[in-house]
Amino acid sequence: MKGVLATDRRGIRELGAEELVGWDEVTQGVILESFEVPMEENVAHIRPEERPYSDFSSYTATVASWRVIKPVYNRDICIDCQNCWVWCPDTSIISRDKQMLGIDYDHCKGCGVCVEVCPTNPKSLLMFSEAEEPEAALAKWPEKKKKEKK
Amino acid sequence: MALTSIKNLKEFSTANERFEGAHLLCPGCAHSMIVRELMNATDDNLVIASATGCLEVCTAVYPYTSWDTSWIHIGFENAATAAAGAEAMYKARKRKGTLKDPDAPVKFVAFGGDGATYDIGFQWLSGMIERGHDVTYICLDNENYANTGGQRSSATPVGAHTSTAQAGRVSYGKKQKKKDIVAIMAAHGAPYVAQLAPNKWKIMAKGFQKALETEGPCFINTVSACTTEWKFNPKDTINITDLATDSLMFPIYEIIDGRQLNILYRPKNVIPVEEYLAAQGRYKHLFKPENRHVIDMIQKEVNERWEYLQRREEAGV
Repeated sequence: MKGVLATDRRGIRELGAEELVGWDEVTQGVILESFEVPMEENVAHIRPEERPYSDFSSYTATVASWRVIKPVYNRDICIDCQNCWVWCPDTSIISRDKQMLGIDYDHCKGCGVCVEVCPTNPKSLLMFSEAEEPEAALAKWPEKKKKEKK
Repeated sequence: MALTSIKNLKEFSTANERFEGAHLLCPGCAHSMIVRELMNATDDNLVIASATGCLEVCTAVYPYTSWDTSWIHIGFENAATAAAGAEAMYKARKRKGTLKDPDAPVKFVAFGGDGATYDIGFQWLSGMIERGHDVTYICLDNENYANTGGQRSSATPVGAHTSTAQAGRVSYGKKQKKKDIVAIMAAHGAPYVAQLAPNKWKIMAKGFQKALETEGPCFINTVSACTTEWKFNPKDTINITDLATDSLMFPIYEIIDGRQLNILYRPKNVIPVEEYLAAQGRYKHLFKPENRHVIDMIQKEVNERWEYLQRREEAGV
């Protein structure tokens, strides 16, 4: 019997398992390769957009359908403090060369942590309805709030 | 050994992520903030073992994996043992000269939730530390078995409502104290033991780097706010963690060689524990008149603990 372990949207696949063997012989478990080719170089030195992700990497998947509200990014106010980058739970803030470039809407779940930690006034990230167009959202951006005198 | 610069956030943000999005952790989960920070703190190769728990079931949902490093899912109890085994094999093969790339720096890390660390994997973790493997064990402490529906664990604090320690007419939630895992691990004589929180990213990144650099078994307990079981709005993860550290419910400190205790963060304004409790749904029942005494009790314990930590830091023994 061949080791067909599962079927999914890619059709029936054999995953790692050789022939099924006796109970006292070790069989290889399921191995999911993150990359199409074995990586010779250290992955930490390759930028995500240049990596050869395989279909098994969740980088190629999306959780966009989880969102009902989404963060919208306003480049004009941003000071590149990277607070949103360090606290994003979903690796969805795209920062390259110390600059915030935008939001990865494939992986963002719309939790709103980035908006909470944004220190600018007004905030450079705000939550809008998922259906809102980015241009319309930017047009609605609030004015700078004055500090209340105590 | 190459560590990412953590002088400021801009420098830190140049790290190339090795933990991918589209994992299935809840929106606003602190687990992934902690994991990302650990993986960004170094660019060495990482060998990671994950105990069963939220982190494991959500980052390796067939047919996807969110890890760009060597990663293994192992049983609930033996993440520490799996990482220790990999480390021992690596050392043996290095000695025999059968490694493909013997000079490439490799770090061994094990992740466990509080259930896997405080309860189920406790014996295995203790063994790993006693044997002195060069592994960094990180506990993602969300104070309950969040993956299976929020049962109580020995990390659940007094007064919290969980699905197996329910608050109602006869009970105010969990009655037992939280286990002091940091002190237990320090008592093993581990070279580096710490309690850290993701809202203080720099302290946490420093602690991770120190643990990775230190030869020998290191243990880090990290506070991981759980939006689902602590019952708060997902956007408030960092705010709740701020309340936790500023109210001293989670003091941030390290213990070196089981002796020298250093407090790493002293809040400028210590807030009453009540504010931290009021922000979460799991403590809602404590604000009924008949349960107010539990809040006073928690406050008293937190004060005593803080006093103890400060004295121990001064004494340096």
